[in-house]
Amino acid sequence: MPDTTAPDLAGPDSTSPHSAALASNGPVLVVTSLRKEFGSLVAVDDVSFAVGAGRSMAIVGESGSGKTTIARMIVGLERPTRGTITACGADRSRPARSARDRRRRGAEVQIVFQDPYTSLDPRQSAEDAVSEALRLHHDWPADRCRSRVTELIDLVGLDARQARSLPRALSGGQRQRVAIARALAAEPRVLVLDESVAALDVSIQAQVLNLLADIRDETAVSYVLISHDLAVVRQLTDHAIVMHRGRVVEHGPTARVLDEPQDPYTRRLRASVPRPGWKPTRAGSESS
Amino acid sequence: MTVGDPNQNVPAAEGSVGAVLAGDGLAGGGPGGAPLLDVDRLTVRLPVGGVPRAVLRDVSLTVRVGEAVGLVGESGSGKSMTARAIDRLLPAGAQVEGQIRYRGRDISELSGGDLRAFRTKVAMIFQDPRAHVNPVRRIGDFMTEAMRANLRVPARYAHLRAIEMLAQVGIDDGARRLRQYPHELSGGMLQRVMIAAALLTDPVLLLADEPTTALDVTTQAEVMAILDDLRREYGLAMLFITHDLELAAAICDRTVVMYAGQVVEVRSSALLHQDPLHPYTAALAAARPDIERSSTRLRAIPGRPLSAFEAPADECAFAPRCPHASDACRQSLPALTELDGGLSRCVRAAELRGQLTVTHA
Repeated sequence: MPDTTAPDLAGPDSTSPHSAALASNGPVLVVTSLRKEFGSLVAVDDVSFAVGAGRSMAIVGESGSGKTTIARMIVGLERPTRGTITACGADRSRPARSARDRRRRGAEVQIVFQDPYTSLDPRQSAEDAVSEALRLHHDWPADRCRSRVTELIDLVGLDARQARSLPRALSGGQRQRVAIARALAAEPRVLVLDESVAALDVSIQAQVLNLLADIRDETAVSYVLISHDLAVVRQLTDHAIVMHRGRVVEHGPTARVLDEPQDPYTRRLRASVPRPGWKPTRAGSESS
Repeated sequence: MTVGDPNQNVPAAEGSVGAVLAGDGLAGGGPGGAPLLDVDRLTVRLPVGGVPRAVLRDVSLTVRVGEAVGLVGESGSGKSMTARAIDRLLPAGAQVEGQIRYRGRDISELSGGDLRAFRTKVAMIFQDPRAHVNPVRRIGDFMTEAMRANLRVPARYAHLRAIEMLAQVGIDDGARRLRQYPHELSGGMLQRVMIAAALLTDPVLLLADEPTTALDVTTQAEVMAILDDLRREYGLAMLFITHDLELAAAICDRTVVMYAGQVVEVRSSALLHQDPLHPYTAALAAARPDIERSSTRLRAIPGRPLSAFEAPADECAFAPRCPHASDACRQSLPALTELDGGLSRCVRAAELRGQLTVTHA
């Protein structure tokens, strides 16, 4: 029987994600009562949150939780069944009507995908990828474009040789830097990071996480981090929502959600993270 | 045989399997603590554009009967290549120096039936189960193939054994699963099928190459618990390959850390985290974000991990990224040296004792 009563987002702590985000300069991204159905499957069910300027919010969950579907709806790759998405005050719940509208949306929200091996054009060098995004979003003279490409390539820590390289000559971490530089070329207010550091080696992941923190400090961009990795979530975000089977089961400041998880699913997620002295346990078998 | 024998309800097959393996000297029981697997100064070069390039450099490690050994490293460190070399799955054209001995026997001499028998004793589980099953064949065909082809177990018994083993990995409706195709199963379910299939040939050593990396954390906990249970039940030794130092430390008795195609540290897992012997191990542990607290900056390791073929032949491969590097590190290739019950490939290891911390900034 379908549950028609929507879960109230206001959790045990009375601050709703809306008010928390509003406290800092007003939200740049507001998602209200978002729902996505694929046929009879409800992938995302009544999800609401808001992200303030320069803030970072994590959407935590496992495969099938709906977290990536939310990311795809935010950037316009999926159309919500119900609910609204507003970025910088402009609605983006419905497809863009014109190329100009689509570009404006691109300047508001950009995305960095998980797999740096498939998200770049294999025939385009790093600097060409960044340059193309720049020319698309800014009506700048050629020399300004060129110097901005250099700045962005520099910002993400690639050298001149790497900038001229095709993706196949770059490592996973370097490719992800290219993807970040390309996303930043549009000067977005919100950067959606869909498991963007999940595929990276630990020593490179630390570099990219530090880089993302630096970029946020310098540009006041907001992050929506889609992740299953609770340690990464802790490092990069101040607020988190935990999703399970399309619904938000818990939300709050990241530290509180991880230190004092209230929902049984969040507690199970927390207990599944390997750590010294950890003993894996056979919980209930998953059904699939 | 030293392991609990799950084949005992298959009397027809039992005799023949035992005879084949005993005849090859591959199934002889070893006393506890004897090396089951002995990788001895293994160097592997693969041709890249006609030029041989090192992927493993002088790798030595042992796995004893019933022991779980973690093999940890970043991409290009050679950890997966080590597992492939052990299972004789190196690509064509590979040049191999050194020896891999299974129960004292050089595995490079195995061929034909001996090699098949060896592979039933040393089973492999891969990271991406979907890439290692035939998508157009049923789960049942996949699971029983090795039993039917290599051990000559009658199909009907093989089928029953598969259902039993699926129950052991927490899949209760085995008969139905055997009729399904890989695409009908989730990643976690399919990986459990792979584990069950690997155990069906009654192996004594499991080579597990990042078996849980593609899985959700709660599923990872489940799969690791299953592996742990079965390993104890069957007295199975395991070489567990992972990039996750914490996971290796939690489930393995000893951990081998690799960098640029070399072993840089071998240490009991209980000590690896608090008291590492090699600066790379310490740096790797410190670079990982901490779930307990956020830090203003992570202690990232500068640069990127080197592949074996990029690494210099006559100096420490980690020196360019190492906060403790000195001139001595660039003068010669450090040897893997015993220290405080472990091994470390660092010339400064002894003087750095007590200084290598993994606490976060």
